[in-house]
Amino acid sequence: MKRRSSFWLVVLCCGLACLVSCHGNQSALDSKGLQAARIERLWWLMFSIVVAVYLVVLGWFGTAVLRSRTRQSVQEIPPQVNVEADRRMTVVVAWAIGLTVVLLFVMLTASVRTGHAIANLSSKNPVTIDVIGHQWWWEVRYEATQADQTVVTANEIHVPVGQPVVIKTSSVDVIHSFWAPNLHGKRDLIPGYQNAVWLQADQPGTYRGQCAEFCGHQHAHMAFFVVAEPLEKFNAWLAQQVSTPAPPSDQVSKQGEQVFLSHTCVMCHTVRGNGSGGKLGPDLTHIASRMTIAAGTLPNNRGNLAGWILDSQSIKPGNKMPPNPLKPDDLNALLEYLETLK
Amino acid sequence: MTPTEQSAVASAPDIDRLANLERIWKDPSGFWGWFTHVNHRSIGKRYMVTAFAFFLAGGVLAALMRIQLSRPENHFLGPDLYNQIFTTHGSTMMFLFAVPMMFEALSVYLVPLMVGNRNICFPRLNAYSYYVYLAGGLLLYAGLFINTGPDAGWFAYVPLSGPDFTPGKRSDIWAQMITFTELSALAVAVEVIITTFKLRAPGMSLNRIPLFVWAQAIVAFMVIFAMPAVMLSSTMLLMDRTVNTHFFNPAEGGDAILYQHLFWFFGHPEVYIIFIPGTGIVSTIISTFSRRRIFGYTAILLSMVGTAFVGFGLWVHHMFATGLPQMGESFFTAASLMVVIASGTQVFCWLVTMWTGKVVLKTPMLFALAFFFVFVMGGLTGVLMASVPVDLQIHDTFFIVAHFHYVLIGGAVFPLFGALYYWMPKITGRMLSETAGKWHFWLFFIGFNMTFFPMHILGLRGMPRRVYTYSSSMHWASLNMLASAGAVFMTAAVLIFIANFFWHQKKGELAGNNPWGAATLEWATSSPPPVYNFAELPTVNGRDALWDALPNQPIVEGLDEDCRQVLVTRVMDADPDHRDEFPEATPIPFIAAIATSGFFISTIFTAKAFFPTIIVVGIVLLIWYWPRRQPSLRRKEREIWEH
Repeated sequence: MKRRSSFWLVVLCCGLACLVSCHGNQSALDSKGLQAARIERLWWLMFSIVVAVYLVVLGWFGTAVLRSRTRQSVQEIPPQVNVEADRRMTVVVAWAIGLTVVLLFVMLTASVRTGHAIANLSSKNPVTIDVIGHQWWWEVRYEATQADQTVVTANEIHVPVGQPVVIKTSSVDVIHSFWAPNLHGKRDLIPGYQNAVWLQADQPGTYRGQCAEFCGHQHAHMAFFVVAEPLEKFNAWLAQQVSTPAPPSDQVSKQGEQVFLSHTCVMCHTVRGNGSGGKLGPDLTHIASRMTIAAGTLPNNRGNLAGWILDSQSIKPGNKMPPNPLKPDDLNALLEYLETLK
Repeated sequence: MTPTEQSAVASAPDIDRLANLERIWKDPSGFWGWFTHVNHRSIGKRYMVTAFAFFLAGGVLAALMRIQLSRPENHFLGPDLYNQIFTTHGSTMMFLFAVPMMFEALSVYLVPLMVGNRNICFPRLNAYSYYVYLAGGLLLYAGLFINTGPDAGWFAYVPLSGPDFTPGKRSDIWAQMITFTELSALAVAVEVIITTFKLRAPGMSLNRIPLFVWAQAIVAFMVIFAMPAVMLSSTMLLMDRTVNTHFFNPAEGGDAILYQHLFWFFGHPEVYIIFIPGTGIVSTIISTFSRRRIFGYTAILLSMVGTAFVGFGLWVHHMFATGLPQMGESFFTAASLMVVIASGTQVFCWLVTMWTGKVVLKTPMLFALAFFFVFVMGGLTGVLMASVPVDLQIHDTFFIVAHFHYVLIGGAVFPLFGALYYWMPKITGRMLSETAGKWHFWLFFIGFNMTFFPMHILGLRGMPRRVYTYSSSMHWASLNMLASAGAVFMTAAVLIFIANFFWHQKKGELAGNNPWGAATLEWATSSPPPVYNFAELPTVNGRDALWDALPNQPIVEGLDEDCRQVLVTRVMDADPDHRDEFPEATPIPFIAAIATSGFFISTIFTAKAFFPTIIVVGIVLLIWYWPRRQPSLRRKEREIWEH
């Protein structure tokens, strides 16, 4: 029995060690933002309380079994009750319940306080970003007063470091859930509702997030990145995204633009400045500036892009993009063109 | 002498009497006879076997998922099949295994025995409920096998499960499976409530009802309040899909959140419906194997009632991420934490029972003790989730998967295995092997923790639920591999149990009436019990019927033994009230279940089927309720109340 309990101690320590080492991207216990840090602090408070309670209960349990254990068979032991002992134990149980209630109050208070603290950040003029869920990618919009100043991109959310940001969430199809654990908890994107969630990244970096509400076939491949960068860099990025890409200059990319406009691409995608206006798929105006394609599924490089265009269904089965059996020349030209869209 | 000892030394007239009782209460045998059974033990065993078969099916689906997730970017299952499998796994375990097993099977078999009567009340309804449940389960698996398995999750959130995003019949099959199983649960709930409150042995006043029976009665009330919500929401979903209503379509003024409220108003109590029977089992086993009456009977009972009430007030903690108003969310945090007080009280009472008793570590007790490791941890991680900010991080991640498997396997499956080792001698008359039982226990316990403990960490490291694969760059691979390896242990454990079951039917030691020296009335009769359960209907002298029995404990006399007559007692003190007559074996419940299934299944395909099929159901019910001459005359003669 001794050995067994030490075994459990080892298991428990290993478990704790694993928990402590929960650092890394997309980890809830490696906070890089204001809200995530507050939640993490609350987590460790509640976690220590419940671990202590668990150990006390197991200790009580182990002692009870050890002291009362008998090798006799059930038939040899007549049922009996010691009324005096029961009366003493009633007091113990009452104290245990009382202590439970106190601990619950501590946790309730801490939880409600944290809840208030993370709900709203006060800022007069926060950066406002619309995040719109699609099966299975994220539309990201930086609205501006003039329509032509509005930035539309996908699966990549740039935010300035150290400043409150409001993310307004909505969905065009089913329910999705916006979750970048290093920065904040989840917020559902529900068709028919508009939600808002405040974020503040405290350290520059690229934080991965992922859809957390089951949304169909490719729920597993619906990631995004929050890129937190200093204000100047953020402003520069925004200015660059606002600009309309220069028309293709060389022959190959001109042909590529024609491929884009004369094939199915144009039915769903937009590249500002070339007359396309498809709304079903991600805006490709600055596709070459993005890190990944297919909502964080693949790094954005020429080979992956080619594979994706030809047969996206083998990479992300069920996604809404049809296969495009382009001739090698056309494909090459199209890739050349897309790579100019910086 | 107890009633059973009397029957053991029966004299010649007694033998005639028992033969007559046997003739009166026996349901016909043979293939066609099988469809006419109304005996509660016959139906209870069918529930157990069927629910266990669905448990195995759900387990196979779980194993397939663990194979798929054991490696990153695995191609064992595609997203379409994976989504069908995880949806069917969840739906099976919740609707076809957990509730039918923990509530329906155990209460149908045990409650009439434990209250000392000869059958469950409304025996035909009972048989009907079983066939309806079976039909619902077969419908779901028929769907899965023809690639029409539901794939929108066991919760089937709209709009994903709605007509726009899940064309075909997948969601309809899911929605109608709900109607089947919840209809059957509602039927059993009515039977259990009436059996508990009107068919108890004289002397078993309310404060002497065994805790297991109390647990099932409380669950029965919960079923009556919770199940209609999910039948409603799934039927509204079905109507959105088949007759173009727009209950949940935001484009037409419908509301997607409404579905979640309705679903979780059922979904959260469902958790308690599954584990309150488990706590009833744990109370029973701990009392028997600590060789003392349970400590804090009233406290445990009030805790169960409290859990049942509060259980209806915390559904919103499944919806914290939807962005509801903060004040409301805080209320649900407080309500969720309140459950801990009730559960804690029960745990403390059991600890004291063991502390002051003499603990005998037989297999049933080991499974009951696992409750302290497993369920308590699940409960404590539940405390973390009750907090809105913490929940925003761990909601819909593998942390939740870990949490509810600790709660449901800890609160239901471990106690269930304990219950099977504990009551199997009563059901079959033979003991299961202790050695195999201990192997089963340790493999299952180790495998369970290996599988589900790592999931806590995976969730904190950002792995969302219901993903069919994950990238190797996320560093989730080794913990997933560990979890999949644990599943191998669990599979081995369940196989050992099955082998043990088949072995014990032939070679198991004969059990005798009361192998565990237990206190409740089911142990007062032979193992397995005769078709009439008790040769002499018992009376009760204390909370622990057999332990508190007087040397000359009276028996019930004066029932007519030319028909299936039972004694009905009063609600409060179980004083004898009147005699009633139970129906004979009849195929009508089976026919009614077929008609009902026709109604439910055909309306999946066309709304036009509604009227013809419901008329058929109506005709069958008319035949069911048509008065029979002989029983009517008998009732009149004996001044028995006509129903």
